[in-house]
Amino acid sequence: MPDLLIELFSEEIPARMQTRAGEDLKKRITDGLVEGGLTYAGAAAFTTPRRLTLTVQGLLGESPTVREERKGPKVGAPDKAIEGFLRGAGLTRDQLEERDTPKGTVYFASIEKPGRPAADIIAEVLETTIRNFPWPKSMRWGGGALRWVRPLHSILCILTDEAGAEVVPMEIDGIKTGDSTEGHRFMAPGRFSVTSFEDYEAQLKRAHVVLSPTERADHVWADAQNMAFAAGLEVVDDKGLLGEVAGLVEWPVVLMGEIGAEFLDLPPEVLQTSMKEHQKFFSVKDPKTGRIERFITVANRETADNGATILAGNQKVLSARLADAKFFWENDLRVAKSDMSAWTDALKNVTFHNKLGTQAERIDRIAALARELASVTGADADQAEKAARLAKADLSSEMVYEFPELQGLMGRYYIEAAGEDAAVAAVAQEHYSPLGPSDDVPTAPLSVTVALADKLDTLTGFWAIDEKPTGSKDPFALRRAALGVIRLMLEANLRCQLHDYQSNQLKRCNESIGSASAKIAKEAAKVFKEKTGGGVSMGFAGSITVSSLVDGRQVDSRSIDLLSFIHDRLKVFLRDEGIRHDIIDACIAMEGNDDLTLLVKRARALNEVLATEDGENLVQGFKRANNILTQAEEKDGVEYSYGADPKFAETDGEKALFAALDAGQAKIAPALEAEDFPAAMAAMAELRAPVDAFFEDVQVNTDNDVLRRNRLNLLSQIRAICSSVADLTRIEG
Amino acid sequence: MSDTSSAPRSFQEIILRLQTYWALKGCAILQPYDMEVGAGTFHPATTLRALGSNPWAAAYVQPSRRPTDGRYGENPNRLQHYYQYQVLIKPSPPDLQALYLGSLEAIGIDMDLHDIRFVEDDWESPTLGAWGLGWEVWCDGMEVSQFTYFQQVGGHDCIPVSGELTYGLERLAMYVLGIDHVMDMPFNDPQSPSPLTYGDIFNQTEEEYARWNFDVANTEVLLRHFEEAEAECATILAQEHDDPKTGKRIVMAHPAYDQCIKASHIFNLLDARGVISVTERQAYIGRVRALAKQCADAFVQTTAGGHPA
Repeated sequence: MPDLLIELFSEEIPARMQTRAGEDLKKRITDGLVEGGLTYAGAAAFTTPRRLTLTVQGLLGESPTVREERKGPKVGAPDKAIEGFLRGAGLTRDQLEERDTPKGTVYFASIEKPGRPAADIIAEVLETTIRNFPWPKSMRWGGGALRWVRPLHSILCILTDEAGAEVVPMEIDGIKTGDSTEGHRFMAPGRFSVTSFEDYEAQLKRAHVVLSPTERADHVWADAQNMAFAAGLEVVDDKGLLGEVAGLVEWPVVLMGEIGAEFLDLPPEVLQTSMKEHQKFFSVKDPKTGRIERFITVANRETADNGATILAGNQKVLSARLADAKFFWENDLRVAKSDMSAWTDALKNVTFHNKLGTQAERIDRIAALARELASVTGADADQAEKAARLAKADLSSEMVYEFPELQGLMGRYYIEAAGEDAAVAAVAQEHYSPLGPSDDVPTAPLSVTVALADKLDTLTGFWAIDEKPTGSKDPFALRRAALGVIRLMLEANLRCQLHDYQSNQLKRCNESIGSASAKIAKEAAKVFKEKTGGGVSMGFAGSITVSSLVDGRQVDSRSIDLLSFIHDRLKVFLRDEGIRHDIIDACIAMEGNDDLTLLVKRARALNEVLATEDGENLVQGFKRANNILTQAEEKDGVEYSYGADPKFAETDGEKALFAALDAGQAKIAPALEAEDFPAAMAAMAELRAPVDAFFEDVQVNTDNDVLRRNRLNLLSQIRAICSSVADLTRIEG
Repeated sequence: MSDTSSAPRSFQEIILRLQTYWALKGCAILQPYDMEVGAGTFHPATTLRALGSNPWAAAYVQPSRRPTDGRYGENPNRLQHYYQYQVLIKPSPPDLQALYLGSLEAIGIDMDLHDIRFVEDDWESPTLGAWGLGWEVWCDGMEVSQFTYFQQVGGHDCIPVSGELTYGLERLAMYVLGIDHVMDMPFNDPQSPSPLTYGDIFNQTEEEYARWNFDVANTEVLLRHFEEAEAECATILAQEHDDPKTGKRIVMAHPAYDQCIKASHIFNLLDARGVISVTERQAYIGRVRALAKQCADAFVQTTAGGHPA
């Protein structure tokens, strides 16, 4: 069985697109082959900056012949029907077969689709794949209409078996397939022919091209580590950068260089970011001091001077870059030490969102909320407000303008330099966290306070202007913000009723919206006045707040909607813990569901008890009781909520249930009072045996009206007790 | 002068070698456009000639102005007035990368000792309504050129596609000549009877323009000029294609485009004066883009733009 080798050779493919492109090539070609009837034993894709390569081993030499039988109309059916059938099958009438069936004599057609040589199928699949390749961005070049990520120069496509290699003939927009490729652009220019994948890979290596990106990355990493180690230093791990660098070179040569002494006192993150972003350098640090002292760059070639010229050039470029960074750092420190209000004032001119006003307004809102939340987190309110006001000041700094990814961290340096408390400075860095499900959650109360205020302000802000995420669209990362609120609350075990804080923040957002729209109106009026020469007055209706009653409180309906969004995120979050969504729903249905910590405590306890046999069966018992009761209440038009009387208990089971319910109630009520959900749930689960025994023993709907009513009232007690723990009607199954 | 076997000795020698190289490769060596522009791309030999189906190959030096980059001649790498070397070939030839690398060799970069890389960098000019895909070219980690396959200009698809090469001449020359501060760079041959450095020629003008750009330029006058250029562009393009005097079909794409260039430069000056707010910025860019788009629309109505004569 032959092996297939395909190489699409082009001008330099962006590093960030290579991995995906390799996967897409493999998937599209192999899917197409299989669809065409060609199965295979194995396939692998490789990429370099200039090529996408696919090898498919053990491919069928031709697709199998397929026979299909179709049942047609009855013999003697109208000609039209028979002709239609013949057209569909591509046959003539004499090719049909007549067969007797229980429904009479019927025409049958046998259609045979002969197998096709692999080369024909490959050529078609390859052309379709090239024409429809899912590049994130593609282009045309020269006078052609073909689109590729960069100009496509040659296509190698050969089938190899024992007899040798053969080109799979195909032509696309003037590019004919062949059996040749090129080596390294500078070290081994020129074309050469190959006969198989093994031959291709080996010849490429001789031509200074390492085909496998993994091999290139491994090589870079090993050499970098060795070189650093020999100097008593350590390379700073950076998988993303390693992958990118492996996509920029075909023949990696690792070089280590010096950082000018005048730059060594810059914060290590600044050095690292500047070197990585601008130059794609790895940082090399002293493991004892943590100080970054050298850099590692990866060249794409060997030279006669062992890279001396290349290294000198890179060092020179780095010095120019770091001179800029040093200039920013020193200027920023000067501002930080004299008066940071220059930065916070500048944020009055920075729009956060055109409907929600400026960054400065947003900071005011966050500071106000942070004050309120301080009592929840146990932070000092004055400090919380101060930290919130300084946390985003670095957005005006030159360093953050240059390197946005250093926001927060630079703030921390600058706030410390300004002589503020270290805990206040830390807030600048930590209040953005957590940024994702795996990001660390801050623990310092001050940082937790501002982080929470920051996220709640984002959420209430976008809820106030009705810009909620829809489907896959979440441009303001509100899902992430909601998850942040959840994780901050739970990990610090914070207790508060979110509605109170959300409602306050929604009011503040309304004020910002009011002033933002007034500003827009003023500008619109100005334009209008200029255009018409007349005056204009524009009124803006104040936003209307709709509220509903929740747990005896009037709550802004937007807060209710926002909470349900947070609850949705909570379900996703708890799903990873193995807690089903219906279990969470059963707890959300309870009072106080805006206290996330309480809600999760309840859900975890319920989840645990439902995992026990007693718990699971009790839910069945509860549902049975609830169904009988609901039906009876509907039928009778009354509510059975009077206490049942033990004196009407007839059987032992009935009497036992009375006793069990009393005992259970005595345990459950105080446990719930103490928010000891595991104890309450355990006590509830203990009702399982008596409830089961009761249903086994007695029939609720007896003819005796007194007994029936009493039993229904007893069921009502079961319902009341269970419902005080969670809304078990929501449990599925 | 263009003996490429030895290292060049001056800024002008590098320019002359590029001119000779691209002339030998068949480009028309044009002269700089006689208006203030922010980059070589603004020259009509690039912006307009990238449109339409007529073949084109041109190379030229373009003095370029970026008022906000002025540093009074003090920064070793930043200037408000600098030079770009620009090559535009339509359709882009299949060996454009090799041609480009040949030009680096011509100015004395030894391919056997240096590390040349093509690093993804897609080009977009919001003011010209233009974009393309390509790379920034790195030599030992330094960006020495921008390499772009034009896909759209003035909102029009480029068919065929032009290949554009832009060299930042000062930076490239400083690297080749081993100079750390632009003002120290020899402009002519340092062995000549009257050697001149870049600073001898431009240090004073950098100071003068930096002061004018940042503090003195009359913003009211500039704002008025912007509006006037915009209006004039519209007036030009509103004319009948058939000239009533000569009876010829004369679409005035170039005069209109001059007004677009003017508006763009005035916008840059206003920006340097700090009188354009973040929100206004987008609006101004949009207004210049609208002009560029209309000029492109007009150019494709001309013979040079592929309209049947």
